[in-house]
Amino acid sequence: MSSGFFAQYGGEIATLTVEHLWLTGAAMLFATAVAVPAGIWLTRAPRWAKPVIGIANILQTIPSLAMFGFLLPLPWLGERAARIAILALAAYALLPILRNTYAGIRGIDSSVVEVARAMGLTGAQRLFMIELPLAAPFILAGLRTATVTCIGIATIAAAVGAGGLGELIFRGVASVDNRLVLAGAIPAALLALIADGALGLLERCFKVPAQ
Amino acid sequence: MSAEIEFKNVSFATPQGRVLLSHISLSLQSGTTTAVLGRSGSGKTTLLRTVNRLVQPTSGDVLVHGEPNRGAELIALRRGIGYVIQETGLFPHFTVERNVGVVLEIEGRPVSQRTQRSNELLAAVGLDPGTFAKRYPHQLSGGQRQRVGLARALAAEPRILLMDEPFGALDPLTRAEMQDMLRALLRQLHTTVLLVTHDLDEALYLGDRIALLSDGKLIAHLAPTEFRTAREPEIEAYIRAFHRADKRAEETRPV
Repeated sequence: MSSGFFAQYGGEIATLTVEHLWLTGAAMLFATAVAVPAGIWLTRAPRWAKPVIGIANILQTIPSLAMFGFLLPLPWLGERAARIAILALAAYALLPILRNTYAGIRGIDSSVVEVARAMGLTGAQRLFMIELPLAAPFILAGLRTATVTCIGIATIAAAVGAGGLGELIFRGVASVDNRLVLAGAIPAALLALIADGALGLLERCFKVPAQ
Repeated sequence: MSAEIEFKNVSFATPQGRVLLSHISLSLQSGTTTAVLGRSGSGKTTLLRTVNRLVQPTSGDVLVHGEPNRGAELIALRRGIGYVIQETGLFPHFTVERNVGVVLEIEGRPVSQRTQRSNELLAAVGLDPGTFAKRYPHQLSGGQRQRVGLARALAAEPRILLMDEPFGALDPLTRAEMQDMLRALLRQLHTTVLLVTHDLDEALYLGDRIALLSDGKLIAHLAPTEFRTAREPEIEAYIRAFHRADKRAEETRPV
């Protein structure tokens, strides 16, 4: 790509990258705020685990373009494309976070949980001192998978006019300009790699010493 | 002496209808150690777990300090009862020191107090605080882990200590060391101990009283000397099972 190309599109790439980050970040925050508490709740009411995780699973199977399309006619959502994009991305992020939160807590050595109860830790103390710290590497692994997936899917959000790096890709495809396609695809891929690496590091910080 | 723990006609059945405890009445005197013997599945662990209400009896009452424990505030009840199990259940992400002081931590005691108490207790169970306080559970041997588990259970000076097969997973020599350490420690404390074990030697060595459970029923509740000489078939079978080596020696003795 020539320097002329960057002079022309550099500013736009930067703006769209920030937009892409905002869409993904907002969706991840939203998904985490729903899926982590839901995952914790499922460990307290395990008979709901199968149906609830099943629903999250079904959401995951909806093709992303169709998902954006489904949400388009909805009243408040349809007014702003970004709202649709964030909700749809959050729906995809739910499953990995929910499943890993549930499995991470359920997977804790049962004797550890039993002793915590027997010693008189309250429900909140058990959760925050024992269960969440021990399940943290799993929860973070779920978050990592969800983030990388969302960064990829967010490129499709441009189809409903939500912006992000997909905008360049769609424009490139329409005008048969590979440079534009790459100008959208490469930063998106880099974002995914950086997020993967950073969350991987964070995951290692929370690693519990071998038992 | 008064009863610290009293089981009054305690029964427990699983929701599927399996009877694990059947009309158990038993009184544990304050400051004594009661060893509960029995086969696997005889209901020993279930009985122990009714004391701190990890298990709720289907009928009957468990009195702790003279009061039915079903009416007690659960968190307070449990904080007043030490709990030691075979798997130790040490928190893998806490240092030894934090593990020992965890009950004090949740009660909001200051760090200095927790550290001091933790050091005292580690020394009492035979671990040098300077060497072990900052280690993590995975850096300890089985015996050391069990010592930490015991220190943790004693941190809040509980009047009652529940021990479920505490030394069951240890090799015989380490087990003997642990039993000696526990015996010496209990002599200094005025703790009422309920010790579940399937090891007759351990029961006779540590118990002031021995209770034998079979199929959820209390077969005997005797002093160790009485237990050795009792004529009950169940008890005799137990004693025979533990003295087969003597029998072999007798058989092979030259005439």
